[in-house]
Order: sequence, then structure tokens, then C-alpha cells
Amino acid sequence: MSLRDKYEAVIGLEVHAQLLTESKMFCGCKNAYGAPPNSQICPVCTGQPGTLPVINQFAVELGVRAALAIKAEIHQESIFARKNYFYPDLPKGYQISQYERPFCTQGKITIGLSDGSEKEIGITRIHFEEDAGKNIHKGDHTQVDLNRAGVPLIEIVSEPDMRTAEEAGQYLRTLRTLLRYANVTDGDMEKGNFRCDANISIRPRGQKEFGTKVELKNINSFKFVEKAVDYEIDRQIRATETGEAIVQQTRGWNSAKNVSEVMREKEDAHDYRYFAEPDLPPLVLSDKWIDEIKSELPELPDQKKARFESEYGLSGYDAGVLTASRDLANYYEGVAGASKDAKTSANWVMNELLGRLNAAGKDIVETPVSAKNLADLISKVQSGAISGKIAKTVFEEMFATSKTAESIIEAQGLKQISDPSALEPVVRKVMEANPGQVAGYKAGKVKLLGFFVGQVMKETKGQANPGLVNDIVKKLLDS
Amino acid sequence: MQLREFTIERVLAGYRKQEFSPVELATAYLDVIEKQNERLGAFLQVDRDLVLAQATALDARKQEVNKLPLFGVPIAIKDNFLVKDWQATAASKILKGYKSPYTATCVEKLESAGALIIGKTNLDEFAMGSSTENSAYFPAKNPWDTSRVTGGSSGGSASAVAAALAVGSLGSDTGGSIRQPASLCGIVGLKPTYGRISRYGIIAFASSLDQVGPFGRSVQDVASLLEVISGYDRNDATSSRAIVPHYSDHLKGASLKNVRIGIAKDWLEGIDDEVRKSFDEAVKLMVKEGAKVVEISLPHSRYALSTYYIIAPCEASSNLARYDGIHSGFRADGVTDLDSVYFKSRGKGFGAEVKLRIMLGTYALSAGYYDAFYGKANEVRKLIQQDFLTAYESCDCIVMPTSPSTAFKFGEKSADPIKMYTSDICTLPVSLAGLPALSVPSGLDSQGLPIGLQFIGKHFEESHLLKVAHKYEQIRGEFPLPSGVDY
Repeated sequence: MSLRDKYEAVIGLEVHAQLLTESKMFCGCKNAYGAPPNSQICPVCTGQPGTLPVINQFAVELGVRAALAIKAEIHQESIFARKNYFYPDLPKGYQISQYERPFCTQGKITIGLSDGSEKEIGITRIHFEEDAGKNIHKGDHTQVDLNRAGVPLIEIVSEPDMRTAEEAGQYLRTLRTLLRYANVTDGDMEKGNFRCDANISIRPRGQKEFGTKVELKNINSFKFVEKAVDYEIDRQIRATETGEAIVQQTRGWNSAKNVSEVMREKEDAHDYRYFAEPDLPPLVLSDKWIDEIKSELPELPDQKKARFESEYGLSGYDAGVLTASRDLANYYEGVAGASKDAKTSANWVMNELLGRLNAAGKDIVETPVSAKNLADLISKVQSGAISGKIAKTVFEEMFATSKTAESIIEAQGLKQISDPSALEPVVRKVMEANPGQVAGYKAGKVKLLGFFVGQVMKETKGQANPGLVNDIVKKLLDS
Repeated sequence: MQLREFTIERVLAGYRKQEFSPVELATAYLDVIEKQNERLGAFLQVDRDLVLAQATALDARKQEVNKLPLFGVPIAIKDNFLVKDWQATAASKILKGYKSPYTATCVEKLESAGALIIGKTNLDEFAMGSSTENSAYFPAKNPWDTSRVTGGSSGGSASAVAAALAVGSLGSDTGGSIRQPASLCGIVGLKPTYGRISRYGIIAFASSLDQVGPFGRSVQDVASLLEVISGYDRNDATSSRAIVPHYSDHLKGASLKNVRIGIAKDWLEGIDDEVRKSFDEAVKLMVKEGAKVVEISLPHSRYALSTYYIIAPCEASSNLARYDGIHSGFRADGVTDLDSVYFKSRGKGFGAEVKLRIMLGTYALSAGYYDAFYGKANEVRKLIQQDFLTAYESCDCIVMPTSPSTAFKFGEKSADPIKMYTSDICTLPVSLAGLPALSVPSGLDSQGLPIGLQFIGKHFEESHLLKVAHKYEQIRGEFPLPSGVDY
């Protein structure tokens, strides 16, 4: 029995997602990435004396969308609270957050696993908070950039429902897809717009009580979510097996060394002295407004997948692949709509396009082949203008150059030959060159028909219409 | 030009009759302030250039005197308000030299009404105190007797108006910081309903209690200032959308006939005899005018002091965290690492009373203590509020002395925080309930020191409150100026 069979991991994730607003959570400054340091600041977000926060209504709307997307309970009244601690990137000396009474509780999402099964993961709560600034260390001193200070975030806290690194990874991906669909966040982990902390503990299989949890921070790329979680599970198992006690601590994932390292021990934990933010009245969300937001909510992945199955007759698997992101789904619908052949479009997108995009490390939004161009290519096969085989060659060229199928076919003379008077001389030429095979055919070896067709295709560099060639070969051999 | 005669109406009339120009008036005030401030310590900053620049701009707009309700009226602003280009120190060393990057909403409204900002006034550091002895710079002195305190924390704003160094002024009141100095300095001071005036641009002390309010020599002037500075502000989520009446117009025809005046007997214990006597006489006067006395009970107000001294320090401990030596204000020399930036800057930048309250608040909010202190205090606060609402079922307004004593000597209470805190015993319950209240002078004690009478109204019914106070003021008769105000 392996050690992994002896222990079970218990994992809960805390995700911070930056909201897709124009302005910050409590002031009118721009919420945009990459501006020069301290160019998007004002008296409010720099914590100047006398300033007061004002809630960004659009941020609240995005939070409600997120809550609707995870089918959670939305509270009519919630309270902002101050989380007090000193740090240079925190200009007020406190962060405005929500604590005892968040606006959203009891949500859930369903994740798909590699063995084909599905699992429901509970979401404890979502609350609003503002981001801190950024400390920039330069030699012996530190500078503070407050552009990010006050940027609106939601924190999404899961139940400790995950048991494996795969589940954690799938939860994170599914949540991100869902929130991107709902236009809540761009989910860009590399830019820090989607951040994840994991609470991880282990316990002997069958035990009900949770083990001592370790908080794992700095999981800032989808590339190593599983690796980081797996490492930490293994580390805890090894420690337990060697009789070392797991202590409650915060560890950080070091992606260069592929290890988790201690950041702080429990004793160093802050006492945040939370209390209700006296500068903000309770946040009140009317049912009417929530209903309005609900009615304007974009189609979510589950709904879209179901629609793809019924509307386009796709398999569950294909519909799942094509709805993995809203951009991909939109692309597919563009192709299917223009080509009027949903199934062929699905095959082209999944087999030809996605494979090449993956190999090139590109996202669907960066595709060199537009939906319209791919649809045109598919139409040309359907109309018999080019063969399916030629089409693949053309597509390769389209992917490399972004050119239209039309121009490639034109330039390379790849148009299908469907004129019998053009093909007959070729067939005769092949027959003359292979008298033995002709004799064999006439003696009853009818399978040699394929040989002649192949030879003709070769002669025409694949441009001949194969059905027509077949007919002509048969006619001339039988005559 | 006799500054001691100036009310808002008198200044406007002077401009209309072209007795003086804004520059001439500003110059007169600047000259007197220069002479008097050494004696009184009322102002922390008077910037001649900034004042004259405003006055010159007003000179060019002379015809607007009939449109702007405060055209060229000299108003002093407590130094915990931000006014662009002026300093805002909150009388603390930690904000020494801090220049305001923007203007508080209420001051912006004053400016739009044509007011002339004449200077920034002294206060207890971060508005924490009842005597202005906690100013990190120098104490403000009472114009009635300069060996005595002005009260606090808005002592400078009260002293300036009492000594005719400004026609009106703004202060902030968290637990009595407008009413108590108004009482001790013999002028009118109003703390409006919480939310009536935007707090945007006021250096926060205790956010759930802080409220801006005006000082004036008469209820009329206070009403005129109130109607300018009140109203909803999109920059302050706690400001009210309740409509702003023309308070000053409403004063006409004020009457005390059948006004039910609530008096809480148990609240009058611990009040100095002379203050009590003045209070009783004032009530008698009002009854003579047709007012009806109703006995009310405010049983939970006896917990107001302890409730206040938990809630206010808790909020202050968080509000003052931003003065960390990194983002704005004072940074200590000789710092070696992050912790030393915090410890040294805050250690040297804050005064003793401020540190005391930060520590009190930090402790009371800590894990394990929150429920027993901050949580409990907020429950008691609700009971105190409820007492008032119940009382208002049987009365229209409540009267109380403003301060249990008249102005005390410097040093008399500063060594004993509890003794000092007790100065606000009559004003704290009102602050916790968020109600409007104003102090009107009711007489002088045997030492010639002013006594204040506090009128407490219903939420957002400043209009009624001002009417009652205005009528009382009329039947009380002319109130003297301190001797020495001969300019």
C-alpha cells in the first residue's frame, strides 16, 4: 500500500479575483494594469487624511454576477469591515473588506475529472475587498507603487471539499472559466488578477477530524497548481511518517525550486482587529436589482454546453471542449454559423485548429485563422472546389500566413479537377504505362481499381476529384 | 470698523453700503489676529497671502454680495479640516507641515457661498480632549480669562469667534467638541445630526461620531452657516440625503408656546451649583413664554462616558493608523528598518493623550476582547439612542446644561484623564445618539465666566431646534462680549 493510499488530503482554496471595473473599489481612479508607478492615485486611495470611501456600484454588480454564477445565496444586507495591519503597501493602515457578514454565502460549482466523473465543490462565501499597493524593493530601500491600492477584488473561499491536487486544479480552472464567462474577471493569473491560496492538511484515510492545516501561498500560475499542491501533500505525509508534527503555518510556493517554504509561523499571525467600517453604511442589495443582473447575465458554460449539444447535435465531449472558454465557443459558433455544417466545423476546430494553437502556445483569441476564413475553407470542401486532403494543406498554409483559403488555392493552383475531358487523358496515360496491371484487372483482379485511382491522384498532385477519377477508371478498364 | 459688532448680516450690510471692501475687511481682521493671537492662541495658521488672495478675488466680484449668502464673511476653520494650500495639522506634530491636497466638502460649500477663510484654528491633538491643552503646539486661551481653558477640542474656533477674530467658525464635535467650548467661551455652537454635513475632508477621529458644525455669536449666524454647509455629498457615504431647509428663514416668528421641553432630572446630578442655577432660570424664562416642562428619563445615559471611551478610541486606533511615517506627515530620523519607521515616527509624532487612546482602542478591538468591549459598547449605544427616541414621544426638545462647570484653569484637570473626560458628561450621550444639539449662553457665573445651555433636538430637526434656541436667545437678551474685545 502506498503512502498516498494511507492518507487523504483535505484542500480548500481561497481565490482573489480582480473585478473588471473601469475604476477602483472606493474612488474614481482607473483600474488598469501596467501604468507607470503612482500614476493612478488620488487622495482617497493613497489614504490622505480626511478622505472617505465610496462604494463602486459596478464592482458590486460584478460581485453579484459571480454569486449568481456559483448559484450562491446573496444577502440583502452585508457589512464592510476594516482589517487592521501595518504595511507600507497599505496606505490607510487597514484594508476595507467584509468579515462577519459577507454579501454572498453557500455557493457551489461542479468540476469534471480525468476519469470522466464529476464532483461538486462547495463555496463558503464571496466577499468584497480592496487590493493593497505593491512594494518594489530596490537595493537597500523599498518604494511603494499605489496604482493597485484600492483595486476591487472578490475573495472566493471554498469549502474544504477537495481531496487531490487534480481536484484543486480543476476547481480553479472551472471557477476561472465561470467567472470569465460572467465577465467578472479576466482571470489572468500571471498579472496577479486571479490569485490563489490553498489550505492543505492530511489525515489518515477514514478519520473524520481534519489534520493541522498549512496555508500555501504564491500559487500564481495554472502551470504549477497541481505540482504545488501535490508537493505539499507529499511533504506533510513524509513529515507525519517520520514522526514530525505538522505545525500550523503559512508556506510559500517557490516555483524556481519546486518546493514550499515557510513564510510565517502561527505565533506570527496577525490580530487584524476587524470591526465594521464606520465610513460605509451596510451594503443593501434589492431583489429587484439582483433580478435585473440575473436577466442580463451572459450564458454560462453549463447552459452553453447543453445548447451546443441540442442545437448543433454535438456529443457531450465535443460540446465540453468547445465551451471551455467563451472565446472558443464564440469562435466555434462563428465557424458553424457561416459554414452551416456544425459537425464538420466542430471537427475542424477541435482537430486542426486547437492542436496547432496548443503547439504554438497560443490562445483562441490569437488564432491566425479567423472564423470566417475557416468557414470558407469548409464550404470549399463541401462544394467540391477542393478535396478534403487538399483542404488540410490549405489550412496549414492559412495557419502559417493568415491568408484566405481562396487566395492560397488560387496562388498554388490547388483547385480540384472535376472536368472528365481533362481527366480521361491522364487515366489513359496511367493505363498505358501499366499494361501488366491492366491485364491483371481484366483477368478479374478488381481490387486493382484502387491502384489506378491512386496513380491518377498522384499524377494530378491530389487535385483530381477522386469520385470522378474512380468512375473514369472503371469505365475505361471495363470498355 | 468695529470687528466686535460684526455678525454675518452686519458684514453683508457693510459691503452693500460700501463701508469697506473685502480686502479692507480682511486686512483689518489679519491685523487684529496678529495682535491677539499671541494672547489667545486661537489660530495655528493665518496665512496673509492666502487670505488676501481670496479677498482680492472677492473684490472683483463685488456685485455678487446680493447673491452669495456669506460674501466676504471671515470664517475660521479648525485645523483638522483640509483646505487646499493650507496646512492641516490637527494640532499634531505628526502632521506638521502637511499641506492639504484638496478641500473639505463643507469648506468648498463655504467658499462657493463667498466666505473668506481667515485661518486655521487650534484644537486638542486630533480633536482628542476637552480643553485644547492637548494641542502639540500651544494651548488656546479663553478670551474671558486667559488663565483658563477654552474647552475643547474646538477651542481655537470657539476662542476666535468669542474674541471677534472671526465672524463665524467651523469645528468638529465627536463627544462635545463644539458645544462644550461654545459654552465655556460664551458663544453659540451647533453639532448637527450625524450625517447632516459631509465629513469628507475632516481628519477622522471617531468616524461614527464625528460631525462638523458651526460656531457663531448668535443662533441666527449659526443657522446661516448651517444651511450653507449641510447636505448630501457623494464623497461621504454616511451623509444624509434629507433636504436642507432654509434654517435662517425659519427663525422668523419662532415661539415657545406649547413647546414641550424635556428635562432629565437624574442627568442634573454632578452639575456645579451656579450652572444649575442658570439652567433653572433659563427653564423658568421659557416656561413664562409658554413652554411646557416634561420630565423625561434617560436611564442608559449614565453609561455614556464608558461607552464613548470604548467606541471612540477603537475607531481612532484604526483611523490614526495611516500616520505611519511612510505615506504622509512626519517620519522620524535615524530609522533603520520598517519597524523602526513605525515605532519612532509614531512614538515621536503623537502626543500622550493620542497614544493613550490608540492603545485603549487597540486593546479593546483585540481578539478575545472585542465582544466584551467594542461589541458591548455598541449594544449600550443602541440603548442610549432608544432612550432618546422614547423621550421624544413626550417632548419636542430636551434641555440640559452643556458643561457641568464653567471654564477651568490650565492644568486643573489635565493630570487626571477621568476628571477631564467628565467635562463631556452632558454632551456625550447626545453624540452617541447622533442627535443635533446646540449650546447657547445662558448667563455668567460669579467669576464672570459664561455658562451654556444645551438644546437637544430630534434627528434632522435642526430647524425646530434652532427656532427654540433663537426664541430663548431673544428672551434672554443681549449677551456681553469678553472685556478686552475693544476692536
